[in-house]
Amino acid sequence: MFTPDVLEQSKTMRSKWEDEVKKIVAKKADQKPEWTTVSDLAIKRLYGPEDIRDMDFAKDISYPGQYPFLRGNQATGYRGKYWTFRMFAGMGSAEETNKRWHYLLNSGQTGLSTAFDFPTLMGYDTDSPKARGECGKCGVAIDSIEDFQKLIKDIPLDTISTSMTINPPATILWAMYCASAQMQGIGLDKINGTIQNDMLKEFIAQKTLMCPPEPSVKLISDTVEFGTKYVPGWNTISISGYHIREAGATAVQELAFTLRDGMEYVEDVIKRKGLHVDQFAPRLSFFFNAHIDFFEEIAKLRAARRIWAKAMRERYNSQDQRSWWMRFHTQTAGCSLTAQQPYNNVVRTAVEALAAVLGGTQSLHTNSLDEVLCLPSEHAVQIALRTQQIIAEETGVTNTIDPLAGSYFIESLTNEMEEKAWDYIHKIDDMGGMVAAIERGFPQMEISDAAYRFQRQIDAEEKIMIGVNKYNTDDVVEIPFVEIDDTVEREQLERLSDLKRRRDSRKVSECLKDIKSACEKGDNVMPYCIEAVKNYATVQEICDVYREVYGEYRDPGIY
Amino acid sequence: MSNRKIRILLAKPGLDGHDRGAKVLARAFRDAGFEVIYTGCHQTPEQIVGAALQEDVDMVGLSCLSGAHTYLYPRVAELLREQGADDITVVGGGIIPDKDFQPLYDAGLKALFTPGATLESICTWIQENIKPRD
Amino acid sequence: MEELGKRAMEGDVRAASRLIRNIEDNIPGTNLAIKQIFPHTGKAHVIGLTGAPGAGKSTITDELIMAIRKKSKTVGVLAVDPTSPFTGGALLGDRIRMLRHAEDTGVFIRSLATRGAMGGLSKAVGDGIHVLDVMGKDDIIVETVGVGQQEVDIINHAHTVIVVLVPGMGDDVQAIKAGLMEIADIFVINKADRDGANKLYKETKNMIGMGKWSSGWEPPVLMIESVMEPHSFAKSVAELYDKIEEHYQHLIDKNLMADRAYRKVVTELNDALRSAILDPILETLSASGDFDEMIRKLMMKESDPYTLAEAVAETYLK
Repeated sequence: MFTPDVLEQSKTMRSKWEDEVKKIVAKKADQKPEWTTVSDLAIKRLYGPEDIRDMDFAKDISYPGQYPFLRGNQATGYRGKYWTFRMFAGMGSAEETNKRWHYLLNSGQTGLSTAFDFPTLMGYDTDSPKARGECGKCGVAIDSIEDFQKLIKDIPLDTISTSMTINPPATILWAMYCASAQMQGIGLDKINGTIQNDMLKEFIAQKTLMCPPEPSVKLISDTVEFGTKYVPGWNTISISGYHIREAGATAVQELAFTLRDGMEYVEDVIKRKGLHVDQFAPRLSFFFNAHIDFFEEIAKLRAARRIWAKAMRERYNSQDQRSWWMRFHTQTAGCSLTAQQPYNNVVRTAVEALAAVLGGTQSLHTNSLDEVLCLPSEHAVQIALRTQQIIAEETGVTNTIDPLAGSYFIESLTNEMEEKAWDYIHKIDDMGGMVAAIERGFPQMEISDAAYRFQRQIDAEEKIMIGVNKYNTDDVVEIPFVEIDDTVEREQLERLSDLKRRRDSRKVSECLKDIKSACEKGDNVMPYCIEAVKNYATVQEICDVYREVYGEYRDPGIY
Repeated sequence: MSNRKIRILLAKPGLDGHDRGAKVLARAFRDAGFEVIYTGCHQTPEQIVGAALQEDVDMVGLSCLSGAHTYLYPRVAELLREQGADDITVVGGGIIPDKDFQPLYDAGLKALFTPGATLESICTWIQENIKPRD
Repeated sequence: MEELGKRAMEGDVRAASRLIRNIEDNIPGTNLAIKQIFPHTGKAHVIGLTGAPGAGKSTITDELIMAIRKKSKTVGVLAVDPTSPFTGGALLGDRIRMLRHAEDTGVFIRSLATRGAMGGLSKAVGDGIHVLDVMGKDDIIVETVGVGQQEVDIINHAHTVIVVLVPGMGDDVQAIKAGLMEIADIFVINKADRDGANKLYKETKNMIGMGKWSSGWEPPVLMIESVMEPHSFAKSVAELYDKIEEHYQHLIDKNLMADRAYRKVVTELNDALRSAILDPILETLSASGDFDEMIRKLMMKESDPYTLAEAVAETYLK
């Protein structure tokens, strides 16, 4: 990348600089002996041309919109379109959530993102004994399409894109969305959105579990096939690293496991559905964490783009460049926020959001300052949204594409992270793939180890969290609380039992039988799910069919 | 002088699957010399109490981050009482707003450890407060 | 203490668990309870499950419990995990794989740490079996750590010993300690969907073919595939249980039950004698400072262990 002359000059100057450093450090040592990222990657005091001398400009760095897309998928960057301001929201009843959604849209949000409550996430209805005490507490409670229609009231499904964070029951919630669109006369080819629908990371990290890996991946490939045929504007998988990182993984692990999950899905869909990679890969999307170590996150996101482009072209022989693009949503790191001195979280989220933007994210959620303690209040969520808008409109970082390209440090760190990620990817390849690695407990153990290590570092004050182990105060900061009380559960139970009385139970039974038969025959379940939800089958009723046919997953309990 | 090792049951009641904290605690407890049984996520209060009785533990540690602690934690304490096992100490952690503390203490919880508590402080609390019953 | 024994015999879960704990913690007077229950033991079918860590023993145990319950029998499980030699603590991680049964009153699962006992199964396990026995459990499964002498010692406590192997874990039969091959009544090749399963099966069968099986029971080799296929896994383990029952019947038919009981009581008597004779002597030597003095002599090479021991024996064995 540099001429021999330049490298020679740099060598001389570096030598002089090193001597200077030695002299100063001999008199006054550095503040601490080691300087690492939050993920324990060692960072040098200084980076220079020698750190990236072996890079090939055309092959490794290139241009936006050109392979390997290090600098971005689109030629125009943010000047053409900002990332989508997409705030994850859901609380209590569908009505309550619909209100929050409209509030966010009126505040300038440009995309929707759905947070469901735990019973819904786990495929249980509010009247299940397992759901006791959980209704609406951390997201919206959806039992049937009646709830769903309240959720999307006055939302223009043909112009706005909606993301739904839902995994084992993804087929069902997506069926509700599709059915609702159809009931409004909107064609499936007009709707846009994403379902998270990434079971591999559930087994690794998030743990909303239902069926074993094999059938889970089968259901996912059903959605990919259905989307490819009928819902071209839909991202049927959001291959996620966010949760893997939140569970304690390092940045490299997040990068490697996420991308390897993606590869596993690609291989499965090709094998199982006989589709050509370019038929569906353009609609695969990703979801990363934006953690507090600024440059590590930027490098990670850039490395992700390059790794995916290479994998698509070289591993899977993809010919369509839209398959080579890595498109991703980012969320700022929940685990970096503190309950102590909560207003500090506004600063953390801002820095993390900036990293996501400099990393080129297509869509962003920023955490609210109070999310360490409760669901976000209107005031807190507004600050979080404004954070994105300020970055977009005031800071000037959107003026130019991938501003950090060419930085000795950033390119070097990007290279290092890519290399380390490939090591993990190959290791998992050798184990027989991600499903095999999960059965062995490999990613789970790596994450557990990293989480424990980090906590010990915090306890030993080797890593700092302001307000927790440095600059602590005894002040208690009162922040307004969002309360989800028992009336939410009571009212939802009433609505559910009323629905079960009113609906045509015979029709529901028939629909459930059809789903069962589709599962047993290996047919695509989506059309049957859509029919079932239209007839008011509930989330749990359909999930129980899956549980019956495929069996329930037993967590090997590796920790 | 008790020769006893402290036995702890660590459990995640309810549907919340965020188990990073519980897993870290399990290791910390082992490193502090306790015998710890971690029963994983997605446990009902009945299952937790059943396990606690079979394992003859001194303490049950509950972790819940979904907000459902207001129902689940008191339920565990209640079931232990019904089984005549209220000598087993119940403590909790997770996402618990300050205003929920007193009702939980009233329901029988002896301590609540919220974000920011160090592993050492938790282990010390246990060593000072958990005396295996004879 | 006798109260505890009595309540354990009545099936009181907490009393039984507390009794086991008293044994683990070496609480004085615990032997009273053991004396009380001993005459009532010997009814349960004791099944030992051993194999290297990671072989999948707990998952198999979990499914065996299902199979046992389907036949309306009750079951007790002792799941043993290693105590950390550095901290003295233990992560008892077997139970997490057997959570389905937490509310089934016909199932009693107790996790134990080895507490440093590496020279064989600890007294707590041996006596724990008695406790579960008098609680009325039809079957008792003992799941061992799978390392060292623990693996082999299970033969002294169980009627039926199952050895679990996994392909690709360096389980080449040549590498298997001769001891393991000799103690197994049933071999299980777990995770048999992995590469190398057939090879391992053949090698195991060969080894068995070369052995002498005097009682007429040639250990069968069962293949069990991944637990990720719940239906076929359940079926395979149900078949395993059938074999276990078959083996038990074989012991009865061939009058071999006494043999097994013999092995156990010999072990127990040896342990009890050691405990009754050696422990008090060691305590006295410790208390009087003689033990430390002997250590000092050895460190200075002023004597050797045998001379010193003989001297002690002289004193006490008059």
